[in-house]
Amino acid sequence: MTFRPEHEIYRRRLSRNVGVGVALGAFVLLSFLLTVEKVTHGDPMHAIEGKGAVNPDGTPITAQPLIKDGN
Amino acid sequence: MTDIRSNGEMVLEGVAEPSFSDFFQLLKPRVMSLVIFTAFVGMIAAPVHLPPVASFTAILFIALGAGASGALNMWWDADIDAKMKRTARRPIPAGLIAPGEALGLGMALSVASVIMLWLSTNLVAAGLLAFTIFFYVVVYSIGLKRLTPQNIVIGGAAGAFPPMVGWAAMTGSVSVEAFLMFALIFMWTPPHFWALALFMKEDYSNAGVPMLTVTHGRKSTRRHILVYTVLLAPVALALAFTPIGGPIYLATSVVMNLGFLAGAWRIVRRDEAMAEADRYKIEKQVFSFSLLYLFAQFGALAAEAALHGLGYGAL
Repeated sequence: MTFRPEHEIYRRRLSRNVGVGVALGAFVLLSFLLTVEKVTHGDPMHAIEGKGAVNPDGTPITAQPLIKDGN
Repeated sequence: MTDIRSNGEMVLEGVAEPSFSDFFQLLKPRVMSLVIFTAFVGMIAAPVHLPPVASFTAILFIALGAGASGALNMWWDADIDAKMKRTARRPIPAGLIAPGEALGLGMALSVASVIMLWLSTNLVAAGLLAFTIFFYVVVYSIGLKRLTPQNIVIGGAAGAFPPMVGWAAMTGSVSVEAFLMFALIFMWTPPHFWALALFMKEDYSNAGVPMLTVTHGRKSTRRHILVYTVLLAPVALALAFTPIGGPIYLATSVVMNLGFLAGAWRIVRRDEAMAEADRYKIEKQVFSFSLLYLFAQFGALAAEAALHGLGYGAL
């Protein structure tokens, strides 16, 4: 029983596949960490109005009415 | 690209299967390392700072944006790259990567890097990065490079933007410090590349690129190197008197500019016979020194930023 030596083409293809996989994995991890950091550091998107939304200093965000009563 | 088994034998056709490192080479990693360094200095010199992940993301995608423009440049310039010794082994002329793949990678990375810089920092930085890519690919590579001997002068702006993008990523705006960092690289680029063009004498004429050495002759190129080095010095020194400068930067800048001026003066005093006799020794030395010059200038700015962080003030 003989084994043919693996052609270089497979080594190159493997290197490309592993490289793309690692790059995509790193991108997903980076996106996750960036999201966590933006939320915890009070990015403007944090100020989307809703129950429990707070400013970076911990004070509650109060919605300003667009139309005042009586106008 | 295709492998066919026939009677137990494997037949390979088409261009070689590119590896991951072949694609990485498309991004011009040496240029990217300079972009990372100068953008990093632009970021740490800024008076305000982003949290660490946002800062890391910013510098990563500034570098990838630069890499994307490198890939697009290689796609467009594949024909002249094949004719020049210095570039003949790049992935496209070497037959490792098809031009369409380089175009696809360059376009995808350009869009991704601009969007990610926007999401991680701000629209000003992302807009500047998009403009940098546009300037390098469309204005320099497609427009100027094959048309005018001033290609390197105007095209040098593309390489000068990274510290400004780094600064904008931190502050959301552009100030006089960012402009001077831009101007430093902008004025440094022509003498740096013309020194290279003097000793890569066959390459540019073989490829038909109207480098100054080809269109105006080598004597004129030597004079141009001196003029631009003289013009570079005040720009470099001016940075010392801004809030991001200081005594370390001033001392470094004085020494480096005197060294660069001395090199340019030695170049202008030589003729081709003298250069041929010692195989362009001085021109090669000045080219190497120009790399050290830029590294030292921005390294000194980084040192000043570190000192300012410790509470030591500017001049």
